[in-house]
Amino acid sequence: MRKELVKFAVVMLWAFGLLFPMLGAQIGFETFTFEWSRLVRVMGFVAVAYGALAAQRAVSAHRKRGHRDPGPGLAERVPPLWGWGILAAVALAFPWFADNYARDVAINVLIYVALGLGLNIVVGLAGLLDLGYIAFYAVGAYTYALLNTHFGVPFWLALPIGCVISAGAGAFIGYPTLKMRGDYLAIVTLGFGEIIRIVLNNWDRVTEGPNGILGIKAPGLYYPKLTEAGLTLGHVYLKNLTCLYYIALVIAVVTIIGVYRLDHSRVGRAWVSIREDETAAELTGIDTLRMKLLAYMLGAIFAGLAGAFYAAKVRYVNPSSFVFLESALVLCIVVLGGMGSIPGIILAAAAIIVLPEVFRDLELYRMLAFGGAMTLMMVYRPEGLIPARRRRLELHAREAFAEEEGNA
Amino acid sequence: MLKVEEIHTYYDHIHALKGVSLEIREGEIVCLIGSNGAGKSTTLMTISGVLHPARGRVLFDGQDIAHRPADRIVGLGICQVPEGRRILPRLSVADNLEMGAFLRRDREGIRQDLEKVYELFPVLAERRRQQGGTLSGGEQQMLAIGRALMGRPRLLLLDEPSLGLAPIVVEKIFGIIQQINRDGTTILLVEQNANLALGVSDRAYVLETGRVTLSGPSRELAHDERVRKAYLGEQ
Amino acid sequence: METFLQQMVNGLTLGAVYALIALGYTMVYGIIQLINFAHGEIFAAGGYIGVITLSFLQSRGVLEAHPTLGLVLAFALAMVYCAFLAVALERMAYRPLRDASRLSLLLSALGMSIFFSNGMMLCQGVYDKAYPIQLYSTGQFTVGGAVVSYIQVYIFVGALILMIGLNLFVNRTRLGKAMRATAQDKVMSALLGINANRTITITFVIGSVLAAAAGVMVGLYYGSVRFDMGFIPGIKAFAAAVLGGIGNLTGAVLGGMIIGMVEVFAAGYLASEYKDVFAFIILILVLYFRPTGIMGEQVDDTRV
Repeated sequence: MRKELVKFAVVMLWAFGLLFPMLGAQIGFETFTFEWSRLVRVMGFVAVAYGALAAQRAVSAHRKRGHRDPGPGLAERVPPLWGWGILAAVALAFPWFADNYARDVAINVLIYVALGLGLNIVVGLAGLLDLGYIAFYAVGAYTYALLNTHFGVPFWLALPIGCVISAGAGAFIGYPTLKMRGDYLAIVTLGFGEIIRIVLNNWDRVTEGPNGILGIKAPGLYYPKLTEAGLTLGHVYLKNLTCLYYIALVIAVVTIIGVYRLDHSRVGRAWVSIREDETAAELTGIDTLRMKLLAYMLGAIFAGLAGAFYAAKVRYVNPSSFVFLESALVLCIVVLGGMGSIPGIILAAAAIIVLPEVFRDLELYRMLAFGGAMTLMMVYRPEGLIPARRRRLELHAREAFAEEEGNA
Repeated sequence: MLKVEEIHTYYDHIHALKGVSLEIREGEIVCLIGSNGAGKSTTLMTISGVLHPARGRVLFDGQDIAHRPADRIVGLGICQVPEGRRILPRLSVADNLEMGAFLRRDREGIRQDLEKVYELFPVLAERRRQQGGTLSGGEQQMLAIGRALMGRPRLLLLDEPSLGLAPIVVEKIFGIIQQINRDGTTILLVEQNANLALGVSDRAYVLETGRVTLSGPSRELAHDERVRKAYLGEQ
Repeated sequence: METFLQQMVNGLTLGAVYALIALGYTMVYGIIQLINFAHGEIFAAGGYIGVITLSFLQSRGVLEAHPTLGLVLAFALAMVYCAFLAVALERMAYRPLRDASRLSLLLSALGMSIFFSNGMMLCQGVYDKAYPIQLYSTGQFTVGGAVVSYIQVYIFVGALILMIGLNLFVNRTRLGKAMRATAQDKVMSALLGINANRTITITFVIGSVLAAAAGVMVGLYYGSVRFDMGFIPGIKAFAAAVLGGIGNLTGAVLGGMIIGMVEVFAAGYLASEYKDVFAFIILILVLYFRPTGIMGEQVDDTRV
């Protein structure tokens, strides 16, 4: 107990030393004042947070003596089919019970579900850290924006083109980088993401620079129409948020099914083996470079899909939607939800998009909280909110094994 | 001096030691023989605290050191020359030796010991400025032993000092090992070359798949039929 | 010719700063194989402590009377602050993950980077904080047509002193050698009695002290600091570390100089709006054609 108190005192002193200049100093033009009130509040928060973590540690240390299993996740307590059924029903009925604002937020959630699951292929399944993922989202968005405003290409035709171009961009970026060691990949993708953003910002003739592209058409609905000229195609633009919601839902569902099928395919198993031990995977005859490239391209395709839809929904694109923080946000979704876990990522996407909407006053603290949560998650629960079964087994196999043998 | 009692150690997912016990008395050379994968190196790493046993005790001068971190155990006077020598490749020979005395503060004593090591292995003095990674296998073995001696060990753990060396170098190194022992250092020697090990040691343990199967004075074991068959290559 | 010389001077100044940051990346990577994403934020924190110290001294009238003392104090406090910050960072986010996968460690580092930069934004605001004006306009002289400000000279000389100090520490002192030993072989170092955790902490502290100095230098050079000032220089400095051969101190310094030069010359002669792109392109080219860097430290073939 005494030891704990000393530790607490040291931590508080340390935190005070780090916080007081940053929080207290108020610098104006040639003026300097010191403000205590904020500092006191934050120190109080640190004390509470430390207490909570210490309590958590004590509890888990206590539990360790009992049993070590992290407990079944939510996903295993609810029978999977039932869970998915309810989710589908809610998703289908949602726009009829919501106002436009809620529909708008829901569409954003669905876009981020697609993005999160797409990035999950790269990070969660293949184990490659991609910090420039949002670049492919930008490629999809700008592809549709340019094709539509210059050539009048309709959304449904631009969608596959956007996917192909995103996949191409994925291959183009992936090919030189995937030969590298994994952690270099992180920094190179970060660099590529920035390059794409800088190019979008400066290539005025094509991208209109920071002003962005205006006047993009919404997705159209086409139907045959009998006119004087004979049978032609009539169309209406689906600007209505309910319609857009259902398109987003289709994109999200396609992504969910696609990622699920990939995870449970031969390719998915190859990715897992690459993630666990690349050298061993190579020795068992897996063409690791091709597999990694495939993961990268598939991830890019889903981002391109989401990007094209985003451009069609907002009907305006500009480079500031594709900054590094967006990549970090999507990565947060994957990490918080649980790498490799589809239900986890859906839940995390919903939480990360909806929570800031609910707590508008705390908007400023959003990224602070996400950054902190990312580290806390890695330290305390690396398998995420709803762990993927396979992943959880991997992460806890060693402990379970040692325990089993130790008790034998 | 050192008493290992019924230790079970896991290495990766493998139950590598299944209840190993041994004892080393002050001033002895004790050897541990056995084939590849029998758990010899795991035993040394458990004594040194790089690995920790799931069960069992490691008593040094009567106190249990089984769960102390490796860097503390060195401070008690247990130094190891690990398998493969593990010379710090991008540190000079002199720096490698200096690191051997990392925990010591007695400058004068360190200087004397350095001279002693250079006397024991004159070739190291010649190469003192060279990077450790550029030495030949035999020189590296000498450097590894010299480095361990710089810690002024009371108990020296040697893991396969003969591995990959020419017979003439092996002979020289074993001569030096005996000399170190005569100067007052207790030695636990791990060897695959049973003939050699039984020749220099006082007592021996035979390790098979994580268990001690035989033990006794080296001279007796050298005549034991099972040992002769399994480890001395006789029909 | 005159512009060429001028670009040289500017490039050397910028390069010295990148080199200081790159040293921290390379040392940390060398010892625990982690791209410490939060390193750029530590650099920014150094810049903030510098401006806070100087503003405080200015408001009390001390800066007017003793500008040199003020500068020394700003550097010293920023370095001490970042040392403490680094220890906290290592303790909270990296030490608990010593045995975890490298992906977890990398994500933890990224989380801390986002956390710190947003933390600084919340503490000190979104806008630039200006350094006291009389410091960064202390005067200048001309060499062969190129204008050299005293600040540039201070930055270069300061960086040089720190690098020499680091070199002496790493090659001559017992702790410095222990640091290299731990980077080369952790198990063997433990068998020699070297406490890995302590050595790793020391590595973080030294890297952060250098980054803090770089932060104050940048503040003096450009006249202001901002919460996100660590992001782009961070990536560039990492590019410099890779260019020089990760884990190699001399390489990091060389790499920093090269990246600084390339950036200044590319901005001057090619296209200034793309100046941030060149460092990335160099990084990618180096990784593709010579992943061991120009100084070529040996690289183990492990992944995240």
